[in-house]
Amino acid sequence: MASNKAARDGEKIWKTNVDKVNAELVTLTYGTMVAQLCSDFNHKYGEVNQQLDKMGYNIGMRLIEDFFAKSGVQRCGNLRETAETISKIGFKMFLNITPTVSNWSADNKSFSLIFDENPLADCVELPNDGRAQDELWFSNIFCGILRGALEMVQMQVEAHYVADVLRGDETTEMRITLLRYMEDEMPPDDE
Amino acid sequence: MTSAQGLKSLPQANMAASSHQPSAVQRAPQQLRTPSNRKTIYDRNLNRTRTAELSRASFAYLFGEMVSYAQKRVTGIQDLERKYHIPDAHNEWSRVWAYCIANHFLRLNEQGYPLGLRLLPLLLYREPPRTSVRPNRILPLLQFIHGPFWRHLFGRTADAIEHSSTANNEYMISDNEPLVNQYISVPKEMNQLNCAAYVAGMIEGVCDGCGLKAAVSAHNGGTEMWPGKTVFLIRFDEGVIEREGLLDAKK
Repeated sequence: MASNKAARDGEKIWKTNVDKVNAELVTLTYGTMVAQLCSDFNHKYGEVNQQLDKMGYNIGMRLIEDFFAKSGVQRCGNLRETAETISKIGFKMFLNITPTVSNWSADNKSFSLIFDENPLADCVELPNDGRAQDELWFSNIFCGILRGALEMVQMQVEAHYVADVLRGDETTEMRITLLRYMEDEMPPDDE
Repeated sequence: MTSAQGLKSLPQANMAASSHQPSAVQRAPQQLRTPSNRKTIYDRNLNRTRTAELSRASFAYLFGEMVSYAQKRVTGIQDLERKYHIPDAHNEWSRVWAYCIANHFLRLNEQGYPLGLRLLPLLLYREPPRTSVRPNRILPLLQFIHGPFWRHLFGRTADAIEHSSTANNEYMISDNEPLVNQYISVPKEMNQLNCAAYVAGMIEGVCDGCGLKAAVSAHNGGTEMWPGKTVFLIRFDEGVIEREGLLDAKK
Protein backbone atom coordinates (compact mmCIF):
# COMPACT_ATOMS: atom_id res chain seq x y z
CA MET A 1 0.00 0.00 0.00
CA ALA A 2 1.43 3.29 -1.03
CA SER A 3 1.99 5.70 1.78
CA ASN A 4 -0.26 8.35 0.23
CA LYS A 5 -3.12 6.00 -0.21
CA ALA A 6 -2.81 4.88 3.39
CA ALA A 7 -2.87 8.49 4.52
CA ARG A 8 -5.98 9.17 2.45
CA ASP A 9 -7.71 6.07 3.74
CA GLY A 10 -6.81 6.92 7.30
CA GLU A 11 -8.23 10.42 6.92
CA LYS A 12 -11.42 9.07 5.44
CA ILE A 13 -11.91 6.50 8.19
CA TRP A 14 -11.27 9.11 10.86
CA LYS A 15 -13.81 11.46 9.32
CA THR A 16 -16.60 9.05 8.61
CA ASN A 17 -16.25 5.90 10.61
CA VAL A 18 -15.14 6.79 14.10
CA ASP A 19 -17.15 7.81 17.16
CA LYS A 20 -15.39 10.71 18.82
CA VAL A 21 -14.89 11.88 22.32
CA ASN A 22 -13.29 14.95 23.86
CA ALA A 23 -9.52 14.58 23.69
CA GLU A 24 -8.91 16.02 27.13
CA LEU A 25 -11.04 13.33 28.72
CA VAL A 26 -8.75 10.68 27.26
CA THR A 27 -5.57 12.58 28.07
CA LEU A 28 -6.61 13.17 31.66
CA THR A 29 -7.80 9.61 32.09
CA TYR A 30 -4.48 8.24 30.92
CA GLY A 31 -2.70 10.72 33.15
CA THR A 32 -4.52 9.59 36.27
CA MET A 33 -3.97 5.98 35.32
CA VAL A 34 -0.21 6.44 35.13
CA ALA A 35 -0.26 8.50 38.30
CA GLN A 36 -2.17 5.75 40.08
CA LEU A 37 0.31 3.15 38.90
CA CYS A 38 3.22 5.29 40.06
CA SER A 39 1.78 5.49 43.54
CA ASP A 40 0.71 1.81 43.55
CA PHE A 41 4.19 0.66 42.61
CA ASN A 42 5.78 3.02 45.04
CA HIS A 43 7.45 5.02 42.28
CA LYS A 44 9.42 2.06 41.02
CA TYR A 45 9.18 3.30 37.49
CA GLY A 46 10.57 0.13 35.92
CA GLU A 47 7.56 -1.77 37.23
CA VAL A 48 5.24 0.99 36.08
CA ASN A 49 6.65 0.64 32.55
CA GLN A 50 6.05 -3.08 32.70
CA GLN A 51 2.51 -2.71 33.95
CA LEU A 52 1.73 -0.16 31.24
CA ASP A 53 3.10 -2.53 28.65
CA LYS A 54 0.93 -5.33 30.03
CA MET A 55 -2.19 -3.17 29.95
CA GLY A 56 -1.34 -2.13 26.42
CA TYR A 57 -0.98 -5.76 25.42
CA ASN A 58 -4.50 -6.49 26.70
CA ILE A 59 -5.81 -3.53 24.77
CA GLY A 60 -3.92 -4.44 21.61
CA MET A 61 -5.35 -7.94 21.50
CA ARG A 62 -8.88 -6.55 21.46
CA LEU A 63 -8.16 -3.46 19.44
CA ILE A 64 -7.06 -5.35 16.34
CA GLU A 65 -10.63 -6.61 15.72
CA ASP A 66 -11.95 -3.10 15.97
CA PHE A 67 -9.21 -1.95 13.64
CA PHE A 68 -10.10 -4.45 10.92
CA ALA A 69 -13.82 -3.94 11.32
CA LYS A 70 -13.57 -0.19 10.88
CA SER A 71 -10.75 0.07 8.38
CA GLY A 72 -11.32 -2.95 6.16
CA VAL A 73 -7.62 -3.06 5.26
CA GLN A 74 -6.25 -6.16 3.64
CA ARG A 75 -3.29 -8.27 4.67
CA CYS A 76 0.01 -6.41 4.40
CA GLY A 77 2.61 -7.88 2.08
CA ASN A 78 5.69 -6.88 4.02
CA LEU A 79 6.82 -5.04 7.12
CA ARG A 80 7.06 -1.73 5.28
CA GLU A 81 3.40 -1.91 4.43
CA THR A 82 2.61 -2.91 7.98
CA ALA A 83 4.51 0.09 9.30
CA GLU A 84 2.65 2.48 6.99
CA THR A 85 -0.67 0.96 7.96
CA ILE A 86 0.09 1.25 11.67
CA SER A 87 1.05 4.88 11.34
CA LYS A 88 -1.36 6.22 8.74
CA ILE A 89 -4.42 4.18 9.57
CA GLY A 90 -4.00 2.67 13.03
CA PHE A 91 -2.75 5.70 14.93
CA LYS A 92 -4.92 7.97 12.81
CA MET A 93 -8.04 6.01 13.56
CA PHE A 94 -7.64 5.89 17.32
CA LEU A 95 -5.64 8.99 18.16
CA ASN A 96 -5.84 11.23 15.10
CA ILE A 97 -2.06 11.36 14.72
CA THR A 98 0.27 9.90 12.12
CA PRO A 99 3.71 9.20 13.53
CA THR A 100 6.49 9.22 10.95
CA VAL A 101 7.98 5.89 9.94
CA SER A 102 11.76 6.09 9.57
CA ASN A 103 15.18 4.71 10.46
CA TRP A 104 14.75 1.37 8.74
CA SER A 105 17.44 -1.13 9.61
CA ALA A 106 19.49 -2.65 6.77
CA ASP A 107 17.67 -5.98 7.00
CA ASN A 108 14.27 -4.25 6.90
CA LYS A 109 13.26 -5.86 10.15
CA SER A 110 13.11 -2.89 12.43
CA PHE A 111 11.94 0.69 12.16
CA SER A 112 11.15 3.70 14.27
CA LEU A 113 7.96 5.60 14.78
CA ILE A 114 8.61 9.28 15.46
CA PHE A 115 5.82 11.06 17.29
CA ASP A 116 5.51 14.78 16.59
CA GLU A 117 2.44 14.85 18.71
CA ASN A 118 1.24 12.56 21.42
CA PRO A 119 -2.26 13.16 22.71
CA LEU A 120 -1.65 10.96 25.75
CA ALA A 121 1.18 13.18 26.88
CA ASP A 122 -0.50 16.55 26.43
CA CYS A 123 -0.43 18.57 29.66
CA VAL A 124 2.09 16.19 31.20
CA GLU A 125 5.24 16.92 33.10
CA LEU A 126 7.11 14.12 34.81
CA PRO A 127 7.73 14.35 38.54
CA ASN A 128 10.88 16.19 39.41
CA ASP A 129 12.26 13.49 41.67
CA GLY A 130 15.49 12.93 39.80
CA ARG A 131 14.45 9.47 38.64
CA ALA A 132 11.25 9.71 36.63
CA GLN A 133 12.98 11.40 33.72
CA ASP A 134 15.52 8.61 33.59
CA GLU A 135 13.28 5.65 34.21
CA LEU A 136 9.64 6.24 33.29
CA TRP A 137 8.40 5.84 29.73
CA PHE A 138 5.16 7.71 30.11
CA SER A 139 3.52 6.43 26.93
CA ASN A 140 4.77 2.87 27.28
CA ILE A 141 1.23 1.61 26.82
CA PHE A 142 1.69 2.11 23.05
CA CYS A 143 4.46 -0.50 23.00
CA GLY A 144 2.13 -3.03 24.58
CA ILE A 145 -0.69 -2.14 22.23
CA LEU A 146 1.47 -2.69 19.15
CA ARG A 147 2.87 -5.92 20.54
CA GLY A 148 -0.60 -7.25 21.36
CA ALA A 149 -2.22 -6.16 18.13
CA LEU A 150 0.54 -7.48 15.88
CA GLU A 151 0.63 -10.77 17.74
CA MET A 152 -2.98 -11.28 16.74
CA VAL A 153 -1.92 -11.09 13.11
CA GLN A 154 0.89 -13.59 13.61
CA MET A 155 3.70 -11.13 13.98
CA GLN A 156 5.85 -11.26 17.03
CA VAL A 157 7.45 -7.90 17.58
CA GLU A 158 9.48 -6.18 20.20
CA ALA A 159 8.71 -2.54 20.82
CA HIS A 160 10.30 -0.04 23.13
CA TYR A 161 10.81 3.67 23.43
CA VAL A 162 14.25 5.07 22.79
CA ALA A 163 13.48 8.76 23.30
CA ASP A 164 10.68 10.87 24.71
CA VAL A 165 10.28 14.65 24.78
CA LEU A 166 9.00 14.30 28.34
CA ARG A 167 12.48 13.15 29.27
CA GLY A 168 14.02 16.15 27.59
CA ASP A 169 14.86 14.38 24.32
CA GLU A 170 14.39 16.21 21.05
CA THR A 171 11.84 13.76 19.68
CA THR A 172 9.64 10.94 20.84
CA GLU A 173 10.78 7.77 19.16
CA MET A 174 9.64 4.17 19.43
CA ARG A 175 11.71 1.33 18.00
CA ILE A 176 9.87 -1.69 16.65
CA THR A 177 11.62 -4.91 15.67
CA LEU A 178 10.02 -7.87 13.97
CA LEU A 179 11.17 -11.04 15.71
CA ARG A 180 9.34 -13.62 13.62
CA TYR A 181 6.19 -14.43 11.76
CA MET A 182 4.34 -16.95 13.87
CA GLU A 183 3.01 -20.11 12.26
CA ASP A 184 -0.59 -20.99 12.81
CA GLU A 185 -0.45 -23.28 15.75
CA MET A 186 -3.24 -25.56 16.88
CA PRO A 187 -4.11 -25.23 20.53
CA PRO A 188 -2.61 -28.26 22.31
CA ASP A 189 -5.88 -29.97 23.24
CA ASP A 190 -7.79 -29.21 20.10
CA GLU A 191 -9.25 -32.31 18.50
CA MET B 1 -16.06 7.22 50.04
CA THR B 2 -15.95 10.53 51.79
CA SER B 3 -14.46 13.65 50.45
CA ALA B 4 -11.90 13.54 53.22
CA GLN B 5 -10.50 10.40 51.66
CA GLY B 6 -10.57 12.11 48.33
CA LEU B 7 -8.55 14.97 49.72
CA LYS B 8 -6.06 12.72 51.37
CA SER B 9 -5.40 11.00 48.10
CA LEU B 10 -4.70 14.20 46.28
CA PRO B 11 -0.98 14.55 46.85
CA GLN B 12 -0.17 11.16 45.40
CA ALA B 13 -2.71 11.27 42.62
CA ASN B 14 -1.67 12.68 39.30
CA MET B 15 1.96 12.71 40.28
CA ALA B 16 2.88 12.13 36.72
CA ALA B 17 0.96 15.15 35.61
CA SER B 18 2.50 17.54 38.03
CA SER B 19 5.88 17.95 39.55
CA HIS B 20 4.81 20.30 42.27
CA GLN B 21 3.52 17.66 44.62
CA PRO B 22 5.91 16.56 47.31
CA SER B 23 6.77 12.91 47.08
CA ALA B 24 8.30 10.45 49.48
CA VAL B 25 11.13 9.67 47.13
CA GLN B 26 11.92 13.22 46.22
CA ARG B 27 15.56 14.16 46.34
CA ALA B 28 17.22 17.53 46.23
CA PRO B 29 15.30 19.74 43.81
CA GLN B 30 16.76 19.85 40.39
CA GLN B 31 15.79 21.11 37.00
CA LEU B 32 13.70 18.96 34.73
CA ARG B 33 15.32 18.43 31.39
CA THR B 34 13.42 19.94 28.50
CA PRO B 35 13.95 19.59 24.76
CA SER B 36 15.77 22.50 23.13
CA ASN B 37 12.80 23.32 20.93
CA ARG B 38 10.97 24.06 24.19
CA LYS B 39 8.11 21.71 23.56
CA THR B 40 6.96 21.90 27.15
CA ILE B 41 3.47 22.24 28.51
CA TYR B 42 4.17 25.84 29.44
CA ASP B 43 4.86 26.84 25.86
CA ARG B 44 1.56 25.59 24.56
CA ASN B 45 -1.70 27.38 24.30
CA LEU B 46 -4.06 26.20 26.98
CA ASN B 47 -6.92 26.20 24.50
CA ARG B 48 -5.06 24.11 21.96
CA THR B 49 -6.88 20.93 22.83
CA ARG B 50 -10.19 22.54 23.71
CA THR B 51 -12.04 21.18 20.74
CA ALA B 52 -9.64 18.37 19.87
CA GLU B 53 -11.17 14.96 19.53
CA LEU B 54 -9.98 11.41 19.85
CA SER B 55 -11.76 8.22 19.07
CA ARG B 56 -14.24 7.06 21.64
CA ALA B 57 -12.72 3.60 21.39
CA SER B 58 -9.41 4.85 22.72
CA PHE B 59 -11.17 6.16 25.81
CA ALA B 60 -13.13 2.94 26.21
CA TYR B 61 -9.95 0.84 26.01
CA LEU B 62 -8.11 2.94 28.56
CA PHE B 63 -11.02 3.16 30.95
CA GLY B 64 -11.76 -0.54 30.62
CA GLU B 65 -8.16 -1.38 31.37
CA MET B 66 -8.18 0.98 34.33
CA VAL B 67 -11.27 -0.68 35.77
CA SER B 68 -10.04 -4.22 35.27
CA TYR B 69 -6.66 -3.36 36.76
CA ALA B 70 -8.41 -2.03 39.84
CA GLN B 71 -10.79 -4.96 39.90
CA LYS B 72 -7.99 -7.49 40.03
CA ARG B 73 -7.35 -6.24 43.51
CA VAL B 74 -10.86 -7.19 44.54
CA THR B 75 -12.28 -10.56 43.64
CA GLY B 76 -15.85 -9.92 44.57
CA ILE B 77 -18.23 -8.22 46.87
CA GLN B 78 -18.33 -11.39 48.98
CA ASP B 79 -14.64 -11.14 49.73
CA LEU B 80 -15.11 -7.59 50.83
CA GLU B 81 -18.01 -8.59 53.00
CA ARG B 82 -15.97 -11.27 54.69
CA LYS B 83 -13.03 -8.99 55.09
CA TYR B 84 -15.05 -6.25 56.64
CA HIS B 85 -17.36 -8.56 58.62
CA ILE B 86 -20.49 -7.34 56.98
CA PRO B 87 -22.98 -9.67 58.62
CA ASP B 88 -25.90 -9.91 56.24
CA ALA B 89 -25.54 -9.17 52.60
CA HIS B 90 -29.28 -9.04 52.09
CA ASN B 91 -29.74 -6.24 54.49
CA GLU B 92 -30.12 -2.99 52.61
CA TRP B 93 -27.73 -1.09 54.83
CA SER B 94 -24.89 -3.56 54.54
CA ARG B 95 -25.30 -3.66 50.79
CA VAL B 96 -24.82 0.06 50.69
CA TRP B 97 -21.81 -0.35 52.90
CA ALA B 98 -20.35 -3.05 50.67
CA TYR B 99 -20.90 -0.79 47.73
CA CYS B 100 -18.96 1.97 49.39
CA ILE B 101 -16.08 -0.32 50.22
CA ALA B 102 -15.97 -1.84 46.77
CA ASN B 103 -15.98 1.59 45.27
CA HIS B 104 -13.25 2.58 47.59
CA PHE B 105 -11.23 -0.40 46.43
CA LEU B 106 -11.81 0.28 42.81
CA ARG B 107 -10.68 3.78 43.63
CA LEU B 108 -12.39 5.18 40.61
CA ASN B 109 -13.81 7.92 42.72
CA GLU B 110 -10.36 8.74 43.98
CA GLN B 111 -8.91 8.82 40.50
CA GLY B 112 -11.56 11.17 39.21
CA TYR B 113 -11.12 13.64 42.05
CA PRO B 114 -7.96 15.44 40.89
CA LEU B 115 -9.43 15.70 37.41
CA GLY B 116 -12.38 17.65 38.76
CA LEU B 117 -10.12 19.94 40.75
CA ARG B 118 -8.05 20.69 37.66
CA LEU B 119 -10.87 20.95 35.19
CA LEU B 120 -12.66 23.57 37.27
CA PRO B 121 -10.21 26.45 36.72
CA LEU B 122 -9.54 25.33 33.16
CA LEU B 123 -13.21 25.43 32.21
CA LEU B 124 -13.80 28.71 34.02
CA TYR B 125 -10.84 30.20 32.18
CA ARG B 126 -12.45 29.20 28.91
CA GLU B 127 -15.88 30.58 29.71
CA PRO B 128 -16.73 34.01 28.28
CA PRO B 129 -15.49 36.69 30.71
CA ARG B 130 -18.89 37.57 32.08
CA THR B 131 -19.65 34.04 33.23
CA SER B 132 -16.18 32.91 34.19
CA VAL B 133 -16.84 33.30 37.88
CA ARG B 134 -16.28 30.47 40.28
CA PRO B 135 -19.67 29.31 41.49
CA ASN B 136 -20.01 29.96 45.22
CA ARG B 137 -23.60 28.93 45.81
CA ILE B 138 -25.12 25.50 45.44
CA LEU B 139 -27.42 26.16 42.52
CA PRO B 140 -24.92 27.90 40.23
CA LEU B 141 -22.45 25.14 41.06
CA LEU B 142 -24.91 22.41 40.09
CA GLN B 143 -25.77 24.30 36.93
CA PHE B 144 -22.09 24.57 36.12
CA ILE B 145 -21.65 20.82 36.52
CA HIS B 146 -24.82 20.05 34.62
CA GLY B 147 -23.93 22.48 31.82
CA PRO B 148 -20.38 23.48 30.85
CA PHE B 149 -18.66 20.66 32.74
CA TRP B 150 -20.77 17.91 31.20
CA ARG B 151 -20.70 19.51 27.77
CA HIS B 152 -16.94 19.68 27.80
CA LEU B 153 -16.41 16.08 28.82
CA PHE B 154 -19.30 14.33 27.15
CA GLY B 155 -20.46 16.69 24.43
CA ARG B 156 -23.90 17.29 25.95
CA THR B 157 -25.49 18.46 29.17
CA ALA B 158 -26.53 16.07 31.91
CA ASP B 159 -30.15 15.03 31.94
CA ALA B 160 -31.54 16.32 35.22
CA ILE B 161 -30.81 18.12 38.47
CA GLU B 162 -33.00 17.24 41.41
CA HIS B 163 -33.17 18.18 45.06
CA SER B 164 -33.81 15.32 47.43
CA SER B 165 -37.20 15.51 49.10
CA THR B 166 -35.97 13.80 52.25
CA ALA B 167 -32.55 15.28 52.95
CA ASN B 168 -31.93 18.97 52.60
CA ASN B 169 -28.25 18.58 51.76
CA GLU B 170 -28.71 16.01 49.00
CA TYR B 171 -28.88 16.84 45.34
CA MET B 172 -28.93 14.54 42.38
CA ILE B 173 -27.61 14.95 38.88
CA SER B 174 -28.60 12.20 36.52
CA ASP B 175 -27.30 11.01 33.20
CA ASN B 176 -29.46 8.66 31.17
CA GLU B 177 -26.60 7.08 29.28
CA PRO B 178 -23.23 7.81 30.83
CA LEU B 179 -20.52 7.69 28.21
CA VAL B 180 -18.06 6.09 30.59
CA ASN B 181 -20.33 3.08 31.09
CA GLN B 182 -20.99 2.54 27.44
CA TYR B 183 -18.55 -0.31 27.05
CA ILE B 184 -18.42 -1.54 30.63
CA SER B 185 -20.36 -4.52 31.83
CA VAL B 186 -20.31 -5.11 35.54
CA PRO B 187 -20.26 -8.72 36.74
CA LYS B 188 -23.53 -9.84 38.29
CA GLU B 189 -22.18 -10.33 41.78
CA MET B 190 -20.97 -6.75 41.83
CA ASN B 191 -24.16 -5.24 40.54
CA GLN B 192 -24.14 -2.44 43.07
CA LEU B 193 -21.06 -1.09 41.41
CA ASN B 194 -21.22 1.68 38.92
CA CYS B 195 -18.06 2.63 37.11
CA ALA B 196 -19.36 6.15 36.68
CA ALA B 197 -17.87 6.52 40.16
CA TYR B 198 -15.00 7.93 38.14
CA VAL B 199 -17.24 10.81 37.10
CA ALA B 200 -18.60 11.08 40.65
CA GLY B 201 -15.02 11.66 41.75
CA MET B 202 -14.67 14.45 39.20
CA ILE B 203 -17.87 16.09 40.47
CA GLU B 204 -16.54 15.85 44.00
CA GLY B 205 -13.37 17.57 42.85
CA VAL B 206 -15.34 20.40 41.27
CA CYS B 207 -17.48 20.88 44.40
CA ASP B 208 -14.46 20.92 46.70
CA GLY B 209 -12.64 23.22 44.32
CA CYS B 210 -15.49 25.69 44.68
CA GLY B 211 -15.28 25.51 48.44
CA LEU B 212 -18.61 23.72 48.68
CA LYS B 213 -17.48 20.50 50.24
CA ALA B 214 -19.44 17.45 49.20
CA ALA B 215 -19.32 13.68 48.98
CA VAL B 216 -20.47 12.33 45.65
CA SER B 217 -21.38 8.79 44.70
CA ALA B 218 -22.72 7.16 41.55
CA HIS B 219 -25.75 4.89 41.74
CA ASN B 220 -27.59 2.75 39.27
CA GLY B 221 -31.00 4.26 38.65
CA GLY B 222 -31.98 2.26 35.61
CA THR B 223 -35.51 2.66 34.33
CA GLU B 224 -37.31 0.77 31.61
CA MET B 225 -36.54 3.45 29.11
CA TRP B 226 -32.98 4.14 30.28
CA PRO B 227 -31.53 0.92 31.68
CA GLY B 228 -28.13 2.51 32.12
CA LYS B 229 -29.35 5.62 33.89
CA THR B 230 -26.93 6.74 36.56
CA VAL B 231 -27.72 9.06 39.43
CA PHE B 232 -24.92 11.08 40.96
CA LEU B 233 -25.82 11.74 44.56
CA ILE B 234 -24.19 14.90 45.88
CA ARG B 235 -24.22 15.22 49.65
CA PHE B 236 -23.05 18.63 50.77
CA ASP B 237 -21.45 19.12 54.17
CA GLU B 238 -23.62 20.54 56.91
CA GLY B 239 -21.51 23.67 56.94
CA VAL B 240 -22.28 24.35 53.31
CA ILE B 241 -26.02 24.14 53.93
CA GLU B 242 -25.70 26.35 56.98
CA ARG B 243 -23.86 29.03 55.00
CA GLU B 244 -26.36 28.75 52.22
CA GLY B 245 -29.13 29.41 54.78
CA LEU B 246 -27.30 32.43 56.19
CA LEU B 247 -26.79 33.89 52.73
CA ASP B 248 -30.45 33.38 51.91
CA ALA B 249 -31.50 35.03 55.15
CA LYS B 250 -29.37 38.07 54.39
CA LYS B 251 -31.28 38.86 51.24
